Parts: sequence; structure tokens; C-alpha cells
Amino acid sequence: MPKETIFAQGNEAVVQGALYAGLDFYAGYPITPSTEIAEILAQRLPQAGGRFIQMEDELASLCAVIGASLTGLKAMTATSGPGFSLMQEALGYAVMAEVPCVVVNVQRGGPSTGMPTAVAQGDVMQARWGTHGDHAIIALTASNLADVFLMTVEAFNLAETYRTPVILLLDEVVGHMREKLVIPGPGEVEVVQRLRTSVPEGTDYHPYLAREDGRLPMSDFGGVHRFNVTGLVHDMWGFPSNDPAVAYGLLHHLVDKLENRAETLARYQDFFCDDAEVLLISYGSAARSALHLVEQRRARGMKIGLLELNTLWPFPAQTVRKYCRGRGHVLVVEMNRGQLHGEVQKAAEQPERVYLANRYDGVFISHKDIMQVLHVVLGKGV
Amino acid sequence: MESRSLKEELSVLIDVDWCKGCGICVAFCPKQALSLDEHGKARWTGPEDCVRCGLCQMRCPDLAIELR
Amino acid sequence: MNTRRYIRERFFPHLWCPGCGHGIVMSALVGAVDSLGLSQNEVVVISGIGCSSRMPGYLDFHTMHTLHGRALAFATGVKMGRPDLTVIVPMGDGDAAAIGGNHLIHAARRNLDLTAVVLNNRIYGMTGGQSSPTTPEGDRSTTAPYGVLDPSFDLVELARGAGASFVARSTTYHAQETRELLAAAIAHQGFSLVEVLSQCPTYYGRKNQGGDAVAMMKTFKQITAPAGSQRAAQDPGLITRGILVQEPRTEYCAAYGELVRELSGHEE
Ligand SMILES: Cc1ncc(C[n+]2csc(CCOP(=O)(O)OP(=O)(O)O)c2C)c(N)n1
Ligand code: SF4
Ligand code: SF4
Ligand code: SF4
Repeated sequence: MPKETIFAQGNEAVVQGALYAGLDFYAGYPITPSTEIAEILAQRLPQAGGRFIQMEDELASLCAVIGASLTGLKAMTATSGPGFSLMQEALGYAVMAEVPCVVVNVQRGGPSTGMPTAVAQGDVMQARWGTHGDHAIIALTASNLADVFLMTVEAFNLAETYRTPVILLLDEVVGHMREKLVIPGPGEVEVVQRLRTSVPEGTDYHPYLAREDGRLPMSDFGGVHRFNVTGLVHDMWGFPSNDPAVAYGLLHHLVDKLENRAETLARYQDFFCDDAEVLLISYGSAARSALHLVEQRRARGMKIGLLELNTLWPFPAQTVRKYCRGRGHVLVVEMNRGQLHGEVQKAAEQPERVYLANRYDGVFISHKDIMQVLHVVLGKGV
Repeated sequence: MESRSLKEELSVLIDVDWCKGCGICVAFCPKQALSLDEHGKARWTGPEDCVRCGLCQMRCPDLAIELR
Repeated sequence: MNTRRYIRERFFPHLWCPGCGHGIVMSALVGAVDSLGLSQNEVVVISGIGCSSRMPGYLDFHTMHTLHGRALAFATGVKMGRPDLTVIVPMGDGDAAAIGGNHLIHAARRNLDLTAVVLNNRIYGMTGGQSSPTTPEGDRSTTAPYGVLDPSFDLVELARGAGASFVARSTTYHAQETRELLAAAIAHQGFSLVEVLSQCPTYYGRKNQGGDAVAMMKTFKQITAPAGSQRAAQDPGLITRGILVQEPRTEYCAAYGELVRELSGHEE
């Protein structure tokens, strides 16, 4: 199939990316501003022989997604703020039981029902720590439709590669914005298929024993290997264990498999960074305004650049540290009270030079908003 | 006739490691063919009275009884 | 029948208390699967959290121990992913009627071919004897030291009201009947719920002078009667047993499969 160009909405780019990646199961519950994902898939999935179901709530949706994934399907759900809160228990289950799946959160204003139709990026820390207990997670984001498509495919790829839930953390502006989307032809973008065990029937299969390369081959429910899946601390067969050594080993594995690969998992783009004295760090729709400002100021000779993060978690601390090194000023641009700002400060060698330009009133942050903060930072007054 | 003789070949086997001595099998055996021993474990003490009805196996919560 | 074929022997003796009814239900379930001649590889058992939910760990099928109350939601994904598999969902009464009540009514409404087995001991066993939505009014629990004030759920009526196409009830005293009902429920095409009154001598029995496991099972015999029997007709206070709802209704996966076929029939 040749490349196809469509005019689409961010939420539709998620759908296109998911179908490209081989999505065959979707369960969800409607919530603004993610609902279009469910609506489009309700139409498309049955046409493609896939499965769609509207569940009774978001927790049930993610539970169903996990169940479907265990039968070998690529599965996804999408939601926003309140629904993402409801999903947290199941998200922890997917982490613990190492079940590949994709959870899209199109962020809106919070807390609680907040501002349903307004933009925000207030769930960055919830994506990281929303479910209880020590764990690691992958969260990806994007600022334009081409990247939404690619990051959706990437979310599925990473979910399969690392047997983990992956969060696609979009926001209302990206979800609802319309632009041109070029859908790559088959094979143009890599799609990772599930790694299944080669252990033959009758031979002991360990669903939770990592290979040398760290990957854990799976076996589908209904296949020749019968094993147990649980949210309890478990051994390599999936059976519950109270052994402190097993608990210690499992927690280490769950965290290390992602945190130790933070730089491998880091997806980011830089714009005009080589000689930049001022570095903006941003992500999601906020990065659009950040880029706008950078382009505008460059035209006027200012040495300013942008590091746009597509991977938020595991936080690419080394990459960020490297980018911050030697800059006069670093400005984190986001639509919350500084959730990623804190991470950048922790990563930077000179945290006192890391500033925050933000908005959290439901209004999309503009390049002017960023410029205002930059003026103050540069000591030029408002 | 044949099925009857087959039945008589069946024994009530009790896994004493699994038996927790709840007394359910003993209490509900229609022929009083079971009893608890001094260790509180079920025993098939009346094989001659036992009609191999299998009720003890079905009601044992510990899956400790098998008719074989 | 060789029961041991279907269990993971290395975890026996199991962790349930002496006399706990949950083992009797598990035994009946194994018997039901055996009687239907299903292969172990085509059976998935999915539970939530609770004493009853320990069951999958003991069974040699594809097994899953999930979140308190959410088993039916996980099972929905498994069944839609592999409609050819037999999916059985053992649940506690708290699991099914409290935290998971919403999933229960929607699973019943959808009529997805799942078999829900509610092991109703009328108490929260795992957490040490708190009241559940099926604890009878006036009975005691650790969270109702003066007796439960709120009326209890009748799970059969709840499932019937939600549209379940197969509903049955039995008790651990009636182990053979339980096995037969479970077999019928599994064979039924559509959502089925089997409520089995199960004794928790450790908490419910102790809190409510129910006596030991044997005494509690005798009570099950006394307070129940087969639906449609003379005893049941004479004493409406008795709890009815047997198949209480059985209505053929379109199964969800079948309807979905039909939709997919239709759509692929006329390409856009
Ligand atoms: C979200 C959540 N809330 C509470 C619990 C604690 N909890 C575990 S089992 C249980 C109730 C068990 O009772 P029931 O479902 O009736 O099953 P039983 O143990 O009696 O078989 C509770 C409250 C939990 N595991 N998860
Ligand atoms: S088979 Fe029947 S008669 Fe024999 S011991 Fe068991 S319950 Fe008693
Ligand atoms: S019913 Fe089972 S556990 Fe109970 S006494 Fe008999 S053999 Fe032992
Ligand atoms: S506490 Fe009650 S339900 Fe739990 S194992 Fe013991 S007897 Fe069974």
C-alpha cells in the first residue's frame, strides 16, 4: 500500500498508529477529550476483524485489555484524567504481571473533573507514580500528528519488547488539533511483534524468566503452556511467593528493566541546540509554542534552542543533563505546576539555572507566555 | 452385576497429608464407614459397609479422598 | 475420575482452613470440567482476590488471579480474545456483589459466555470476617459487632434482573448437585452464574454461632430446597436450589462475530 495522506485530528492519529502497529483489541469508556479514539475504533476495528468493546468503566476497560493481551492480542485503551485515575489499580497489575498493553491518556485540566475540555499536562507525575508501590513505567508523548502516529507505534513496540504497559500521554490540544498526517506504507516504520516462547509442549516453560537479553518470551492463554498470572509477588512460574529473595529479585527486575535502559528508551528531538545559550525543554502541545518561540527568536539572532522530549518516563536524565550542560539558562515549558521541571532540576548539574515557564489555568501556553518568563529570567524585566 | 463388582474393586483412599480432620466425610457418610483416628485424620474404617457412593470424595474440602 | 490430573499438587495441602467450603466447590468444578471432557488447555480460570480467589492457583488450567472484584472484566478480555476457550470465574460474595457488583451486572447484561461461580460464605473471609453484601440482616461480623443493619443481596435475583441467561444455586452440602449445575452452566452458551453457599467456619460460623463446618453444612440442607419441590412450595422461607433461570439468548461474542462477518461481506 502506498503512503496515504489524510487530514486528521490527533486522536485519529492515535487510531492510525495503533492500527498500523497491529491493534486488535480495544476496550474503553467515553471521556472528553479522548472519546474520538473510542468512536473511530468502534467503527474501524470490526471492519478490520479486530475487537471493540465499551466497558462499564475505565478500570474494567484496562482489565479487559490485559485479559485480551494475555490471549496474544495487541490491546489498548484510551481515557483522560478521571478515567486514568480509575485505571491505576489495573495499571499496577499490568506492571506486576508484565502484560504488554497501551494506555492513552489525553490530558485535561484537573484535579477531579477539573476542566474537561481544557488543556493541561498535569498527569505527568500520575503517569509515573499513579499506581501504588515501587515500579517503573514508560510514558511517551508527542506534539504533532506525525509524532503522535510514530509514538503510538512506538508505544506498542516498547510494550511488546519489555512486556510492560506503556502510557501515551497526550493532551487536549494535541488530541483535538487538526493537521495533515502522512500514513507510512507497510514496513516503513518498524512494528515489533510479540516474542513467543520456543519451548515445546511438555517442557517446563517459565513465563517470568528473562532471557539473556532481558526479554521474557510469552505464551498465549489457550496455548500449550499452562501457567499462572497474578498481581502478587510471584516466582518464575507466576506462582505467589512470600520469599523475601523472590520479592527483592522481582522488584529489581521490574524497575531495572526500564530504568537501566532510560537512555535507550529516550526519544527526543532537538532544535537549534548546538550553540544555544538558552535551552527550552518541553513536550506535548507546549513544545509547539516553545518551538514557535525558538524559531521567532532565532530569526532575531538570539541563541536559543529546544529539546523536545517524547519519552517522559523513564526520565532520560543523562540526555537532559548533557543538553543542559554549559547553557546560560534552561527553561522548562509545561502546562502544570512544574512536574517535569523538578526532574530536570534533579538531572541538571546547575539546577539553579533551570527555570519554569508554565500555565495551569486551562489556557494553552503561547510563545508570548514563554517569552514573558524568559524576559524575567534574563533580567530584562517584564 | 458387572458394575457392582467393579464398584467393589474401588477403594476409598485418604491422603493423610492433605486431610485436615474437618470431619465432614465422617459426619455425612451414609454408612458410617469413615472415622477420625487419634491424630484427627480420616480413616476408611468400614470398607465392608461402604457402598462406594463417592459422597466423601465429593464433600472433602481438601481433595484428600479418592475412590480408586 | 482422577482429580489430581486437574490440580497443581505441589501446592497441596491447600491454604484454606479445615472445613472451608471453598475446597468442596473447587472439587465440584474439577468434576464438572472432567464430565464435559474439556482439555486443560482450553480452560481458563480467572479469579479476583479473596479466599475463594485462591482457587486458580490450585488448578492446572490457564489461570489468572487478578484484582478484588475485577475478575469478570479481565475475563471479558480473555473471552473476546479467544471465544473458543472456556472461561470460568470463581468469586467471593464480596468480590462479586460489593466491589465487583457493577462488573457482574454488566457481564450478565452482555451475555458473554463466561461462567461465574460465586462462593457465597456471607462474609469476607480473607480479611478476617467483615460483613459482605450477602451477610444476612442482623448477623454479626467484625465490622457489624451489633449486627448488620442493611438488607442483603439475593445474588440469583440480582443476576436475573441484570439479564443473566443461566442462573443456578446450590450449597456445599449438595456437592453432587453443585457439580452438575456447574457442568450445565459451563455448557450453557452465554453468561451463567452459579451461587454456591459455602461455609466459612473460621469467621462466619464463629461470629454467628453457626457451629463447625459439619453443622454449617447441615444448616445448608435445612434452609434450602430444590426449586419446584413440594418443600419449597410449602415453605417460602426456604432458599431454592437448582437451575433458576435458563433462557437462550444471543451470546455477545457470537453477535460480535456476526457483525465482523457482515462488515467484511460488503466492503466499503
Ligand atoms: C481494592 C481492594 N480493596 C480491598 C481489598 C482487601 N480484600 C481482599 S479480599 C477481600 C474480601 C474477601 O471477601 P470475599 O470476596 O467475600 O471472599 P472470601 O475471602 O470470603 O472467599 C477484601 C476486602 C483488596 N484486596 N483490594
Ligand atoms: S464412598 Fe460413600 S459409603 Fe463409602 S466411605 Fe465414602 S461416603 Fe461412606
Ligand atoms: S473431609 Fe477430607 S479433610 Fe475432612 S476429615 Fe474427611 S478426609 Fe479429612
Ligand atoms: S477464612 Fe473462611 S473462607 Fe477463608 S479459608 Fe478460612 S474458612 Fe475459608
